[in-house]
Amino acid sequence: MKIALLGNPNTGKSSVFNMLTGMRQQVGNFPGVTVDKRSGFIQTKVNKHQIIDFPGTYSIFAKSLDEQVVQDVLTDPSHTDYPDAILYIADTANLERNLLFFSQVYDLGFPCILVLNMWDRAQQKGLQINEAILQENFPAAKIVTANARVAIGKTRILDAIDALSVGSKKPFHSGSFHIHLETPDQQKNTEDRLQKIRTLGIVQQSKPQAPHFSTRIDRLLTHPIYGYLLFAALLLIIFQFIFSFASVPMDYIDAQFVRLSNWSAQMLPSGLLSKLFTQGLIPGVGGVLVFVPQIAILFFFIALLEESGYLSRVVFIMDRLMRPFGLNGKSVVPLLSSVACAIPGIMSARTISDWKERLITILVAPFMSCSARIPVYTLLINLVVPKIYIAGMLNLQGLVLFGLYFLGIVFALGTAFILKLFIKSKEPGYHLMELPEYKAPIIQNVLFTVLEKVKVFVLDAGKIIVAISILLWGLATFGPSSRERELKMLKSSTNYRQASIQKQQEQESALMLSESYIGHFGRFIEPVIQPLGYDWKIGVALLSSFAAREVFVGSLATIYAVGNDTDNEKRLIQKLRAEKNAAGEPIYSLATGLSLLIFYVFALQCMATLAVVRRETNTWRWPLIQLVFMGVVAYTCALIVYQMLL
Amino acid sequence: MSQTLDSVYLHQVVEIIDFSDNLICSKLIEMGLTKGQKIKAVFKAPLGDPIAFEHNGHIISMRKEEAKQIEVAVA
Repeated sequence: MKIALLGNPNTGKSSVFNMLTGMRQQVGNFPGVTVDKRSGFIQTKVNKHQIIDFPGTYSIFAKSLDEQVVQDVLTDPSHTDYPDAILYIADTANLERNLLFFSQVYDLGFPCILVLNMWDRAQQKGLQINEAILQENFPAAKIVTANARVAIGKTRILDAIDALSVGSKKPFHSGSFHIHLETPDQQKNTEDRLQKIRTLGIVQQSKPQAPHFSTRIDRLLTHPIYGYLLFAALLLIIFQFIFSFASVPMDYIDAQFVRLSNWSAQMLPSGLLSKLFTQGLIPGVGGVLVFVPQIAILFFFIALLEESGYLSRVVFIMDRLMRPFGLNGKSVVPLLSSVACAIPGIMSARTISDWKERLITILVAPFMSCSARIPVYTLLINLVVPKIYIAGMLNLQGLVLFGLYFLGIVFALGTAFILKLFIKSKEPGYHLMELPEYKAPIIQNVLFTVLEKVKVFVLDAGKIIVAISILLWGLATFGPSSRERELKMLKSSTNYRQASIQKQQEQESALMLSESYIGHFGRFIEPVIQPLGYDWKIGVALLSSFAAREVFVGSLATIYAVGNDTDNEKRLIQKLRAEKNAAGEPIYSLATGLSLLIFYVFALQCMATLAVVRRETNTWRWPLIQLVFMGVVAYTCALIVYQMLL
Repeated sequence: MSQTLDSVYLHQVVEIIDFSDNLICSKLIEMGLTKGQKIKAVFKAPLGDPIAFEHNGHIISMRKEEAKQIEVAVA
């Protein structure tokens, strides 16, 4: 049997799902849309059933992308996800309102189980639920109580599934009810339902309601000064974690894949296929996995804040500030996460229910300077910006670095503002959001979120990343037949023969790269990038750094034959400073250096981002538009900077 | 005297009189706000927008422009 898990937002639905399925769950999208679909199998005494978790919904009448999915599936019996039965999770402490959507699905005729979840909270609040009245009004439904936060109620739910029979023939509410009702009729129907639910007397208040405890905390957390200070402090902690702890597993993954690649090169017979495997495929997979620590750490914190209820307060205090840019409070977390890495940032944009606002957030997020730009920034700043102090205290190099980050933010918000005018939207953006009560996060739910995000990235985006990295590897490894002649010439030169073995190898790899297909392609685009102050060697580094921005440094090192090793950065800088063009002027002048820095601020030089945007927008259209747009911005700004400084 | 929900003072209990006929109001009703119910502004975001309201023991936040669609009267 296929069972749909439904309910309002903040009813502990995902806790129930995790409790029922444990580790046996899968994530994906609902067909045709980028709305998370989690599914898993459960074993009752009698049978095995599939359970599908739907987005939290207030009503069958859809108001957002998430709710549209629920409406589409429940009203289309030919839909692949059309359920045989419904497991409805209600927050017992807010039961009457939760019964609205339940009464709607009940009236659609599905066999239903009503789970009165968070039973303990209702009791703390002094609420008495009259189950007899409830059963009397929903005679076909099975009603069970649960407290999924502490894993109570699993057996009751499984037994109820076994006991399910048919859906109701007699609707709860007798008014005309179908999904094509016009807005005023919908409103009327909804109001009538709520009215009826409230007059039944299901919920009795046994003691006077205590003042909302959360409200006092809220006044502090949404305070104009303390509210922002606390948020800034939390961000600082999160970024500290990412920058100081993510690099350890990332370096480890890097090193292990280099070892694996070397080891398999020794084990396999030499040949094209084993080269493809050891130099193309293995590093490609490594290039996917290297993102996992950042994604895991960031989503660990996001899930923690979300579970505790704090995240919705962040949305609350940021909403007004983001609105002029066509964004809303929910865009803040994706954009700020992008300072660490755009990939988890873009993936976290899923919480934005309005499609237009989500799309804009995704499109501008890569403008935020991510951690992969840091190696490029530091190399180029050290290369061209003098180490001097302004006014005796401000380090000019630091100032430039700050300026680059600032520029990224300005362009992200500015682009959002422009996109707001161009991207059409069916529905107006709104901000109607419940602020859930603060609760201690359940570590199991947090870990499931982390696991799920990592899985989605590795399995969905990973394929594209591996494919592109193999392509880039092929272009950089193979070359036209003329390369062999060049290699022979190099080997017969006196310069080569007098050099040490290490120097010889460096010269060889420099030649192999510059005579490869990507090297030729770099020469081919030289006329295009010359106005920006770049020569073909920079062109090659630009092209190969599409794999990941930091590859820029390694490619330059290879092409200038200083050995592709991070310890060689000083040697690389010396070598680059000595480079002269045909007119005898240094190539890496201040103008070229700044032009390159500007290019890296703006250009979408990251195939992993492209793959994730494709996954999150479900089409190649948006990632390609983004690639071209950011490329044009990068080119134009770099051109202006170079020509002005020349 | 009737006014709209965006103009109420903090901690002032008001009663919902009517809604506009639009999508946002349908959504509000689905979230449990119906005519005749009591609602109270409990805190505001910096810049006074959005506003958080307490209603039936839970907190709903909405923007000023959305609160403007709801007609209320001082209870």
